[in-house]
Amino acid sequence: MPVSFTLNGKRTTIDVTPKMPLLWVLRDVLDLKGTKYGCGAGLCGACTVHLDGVAVRSCQIPLEGAAGKRVTTIEGLSVDGTHPVQRAWEAADVPQCGYCQAGQLMTAAALLASTPTPTDDEIDEAMEGNLCRCATYTRIRAAIHQAATLPKGAR
Amino acid sequence: MTAALDRREFLKVTALVGGGLAIGSWWQPVDAAGLPLADVFEPNAFIRITADSAITIVSKNPEIGQGIKTSLPMLVAEELDVAWTSITVEQAMSDPARYGSQVAGGSTATPAHYDSMRQAGAVARQMLLAAAAATWGVPESECTTKDGMVRHTGSKRAMRYGALAAKAATMPVPDAKTVRLKDPKDFTVIGTAVPGVDNPAIVRGKPLFGIDVTVPGMLYAVYQKCPVFGGTVVTADLDAVRALPGVKQAFVVNGGTNLAGLLSGVAILADSWWAADEARKQLKVTWAEGPTAAQSSTGFAAQAATLAAGTAQRTLRQDGDVGAALTGAAQTVEAAYSYPFLAHATLEPMNCTARVVDGKVEIWAPSQNPQSGRQLVAQTLGVTAADITIHMTRVGGGFGRRLNNDYMVEAAAIAKQAGVPVKLLWSRADDIQHDFYRPAGFHFLKGGVDAAGKLVAWQNHFVSFGEGQGFVASANIGATEFPALFIPNYRLQSSVMPLGVPTGFLRAPGSNALAFVAQSFLDELAHAAKRDPLQFRLDLLGPPRVVEENGRTIYDAGRMRGVLESVRQRSGWGTRALPAGHGLGVAFHFSHRGYFAEVVEASVSADRGVRVHGVWVAGDIGRQVVNPSNAVNQVQGSVIDGLSEAFGQEITVVGGRVQQSNFDDFPLMRIPQAPKVIDVHFVTSDVGPTGLGEPALPPVVPALCNAIFAVTGTRIRSLPLTRQGFHSA
Repeated sequence: MPVSFTLNGKRTTIDVTPKMPLLWVLRDVLDLKGTKYGCGAGLCGACTVHLDGVAVRSCQIPLEGAAGKRVTTIEGLSVDGTHPVQRAWEAADVPQCGYCQAGQLMTAAALLASTPTPTDDEIDEAMEGNLCRCATYTRIRAAIHQAATLPKGAR
Repeated sequence: MTAALDRREFLKVTALVGGGLAIGSWWQPVDAAGLPLADVFEPNAFIRITADSAITIVSKNPEIGQGIKTSLPMLVAEELDVAWTSITVEQAMSDPARYGSQVAGGSTATPAHYDSMRQAGAVARQMLLAAAAATWGVPESECTTKDGMVRHTGSKRAMRYGALAAKAATMPVPDAKTVRLKDPKDFTVIGTAVPGVDNPAIVRGKPLFGIDVTVPGMLYAVYQKCPVFGGTVVTADLDAVRALPGVKQAFVVNGGTNLAGLLSGVAILADSWWAADEARKQLKVTWAEGPTAAQSSTGFAAQAATLAAGTAQRTLRQDGDVGAALTGAAQTVEAAYSYPFLAHATLEPMNCTARVVDGKVEIWAPSQNPQSGRQLVAQTLGVTAADITIHMTRVGGGFGRRLNNDYMVEAAAIAKQAGVPVKLLWSRADDIQHDFYRPAGFHFLKGGVDAAGKLVAWQNHFVSFGEGQGFVASANIGATEFPALFIPNYRLQSSVMPLGVPTGFLRAPGSNALAFVAQSFLDELAHAAKRDPLQFRLDLLGPPRVVEENGRTIYDAGRMRGVLESVRQRSGWGTRALPAGHGLGVAFHFSHRGYFAEVVEASVSADRGVRVHGVWVAGDIGRQVVNPSNAVNQVQGSVIDGLSEAFGQEITVVGGRVQQSNFDDFPLMRIPQAPKVIDVHFVTSDVGPTGLGEPALPPVVPALCNAIFAVTGTRIRSLPLTRQGFHSA
């Protein structure tokens, strides 16, 4: 049974088993590699996407759970990579290995959408589910504060 | 010299690299007309300049998050005298004949390549200068370079490097060893904060990592090995698995006995990785578990205690008379220290993509040491090294794990047997349960201080793992391990027991455990002597001097004093009024050519929740920090990495298999627990720059434990802290 949803602003219909986690639909069916596999258990946050604007772990959402919803991935966070969090991440030179950062950015973007100028505690609470093995947390905090001061990008 | 790369090949390569060029718009190019576009100035393996002034710098080493893909090209760009924003960085293929060593390990790249990368840039610059001088008919000594351009002030002429490319390629190549290098005061790239070259791609989610590779026609693979290390497949119910949705192939792979090579297992190939992994859940295998099934962490601890009670197998060092010194000491302390096995848990699990066609093997691998992978694949598949092509992808975390290439040889063997290209990806459980672990260790110490509060005796019986009397990988200790050569009576002995569990290097190998032991026990002795722990350490280091043995430099006491004094001042040690319930702990350690001292400020709640309020780090990595932005990031990450290890990480073995499987039982520190203040300061010494991937980690573990003692009076002699009833708050 094909499942339809809106992916990065585009209507998309996928005909694979509806139990397949959204993460693997994105990566192996739709060839969107920005969303990362880290744990497969909702423990690391590397696979974070937005489902109707809410940050979720795509490894825990079966494809059928996305039916009729809006899915935004790192590739669709902004049209040209200029979402405030993306600009702030570059300016603060946040990444080390970079593997977790797409997930970090998606969670941070969802935080700023609901809490435009978060405190350190609000950042810590929102970002707790996103592991960074290289431990760039100091810069992640700084970049989110920075992003809160930037004008919104094209999207 | 002529172009080594033909135009078509060049276009192909640059198209792959993408990225585009950012040439300063302020500059109107001097006429490059008449120069054929095919001209490429390629004075060495690291630089390509085309007639349109596209400047490509090749980064040869694996990028694992240490920032080398940015910092090595910075060295080239500095001496080439080009604006950093005007160049494109390209990742090299694995090709040691062309590039020399290509390894990410041991924090060695900066000390090994600081000069050679600068020389590579300077050689090119020298040839461009010569080309300009010849073109204009002026003395070379009157020409200067700046921002990718040669100028002759006298005649007010200037040419961009691209316009000189064809001519430069015909100039004699100067000797790299004698070519003139910049005076550091003229640096415009080295020592400036340069963001990572892949940052734009990372924040846009572009495919960069091994796990992102796609090869036409490939299948996705999982590989089920025996949960007991070294176990082999007896039978597997393959037909049942083959019938499952999405599964295309399932077969047994025969392996050998080398734990770092190809091991026996079952490969399942499907049209998505999820389908392959789902099918694995239905797989039934009968294993021959082998002798390691008898091993366990509790068994190791019991054997260690038995070995410690007996006579040590080896004496690695004996200075003075420890027995007499202990007898005569005013205070003695005896303590047993231990620490567990640790996994690496890189966030990108082990993976590799391979294609085997007509005896030729093509590999896309996130590896820290692709060349050793090439040898392993060649040996295992029965091909020659020259038949193997290895693409070096960006690596989603190394920490020493990917110095081993077991996943690479698995992908190659599976692809060969399947007859189709294969992307092998390990699950998180595979990753944690088939690692090369930081070995556990057991130390049985005695120490003594005299009536003046001076350390006079130190004895350590280190019980570790090994075959015969030798140590297994990374489970060793050196005969000059601190405080050897700093006290008159020092004895270091060792005993080993058989293991069967694969071990390997984990970030700051050896040091990440030995610093915990030495700097914690030193703290015990300082308190026994009723001395300030930091001053006690300064007194132990003694006057600034280089400590040598047999003509070899062992330790620079002056450099360590420098960082210890720095961190004393910056942390407010002994001078700052601490909030109630807060305490400071200090530790230092020398490793990977770097001298680091660290102070941790912590508080402990009634339910033993430990909060780290701040960490002060002073490091000495020589006279020049190549990229200060990345340097601070590396140090802050090392600190939190060390805190993660100390607080909750432990791999336990039961029945020859690992019990942990994911981030719930092998926790990494999360952002709320990460200290808000991590102060990083570099002390400079007049020695060549050294690496920063590792040396900042070791001191933070004992500094934390010593801070906990300062607050609670509880001495931490065994890690992780969760074992002692503490947790991270």
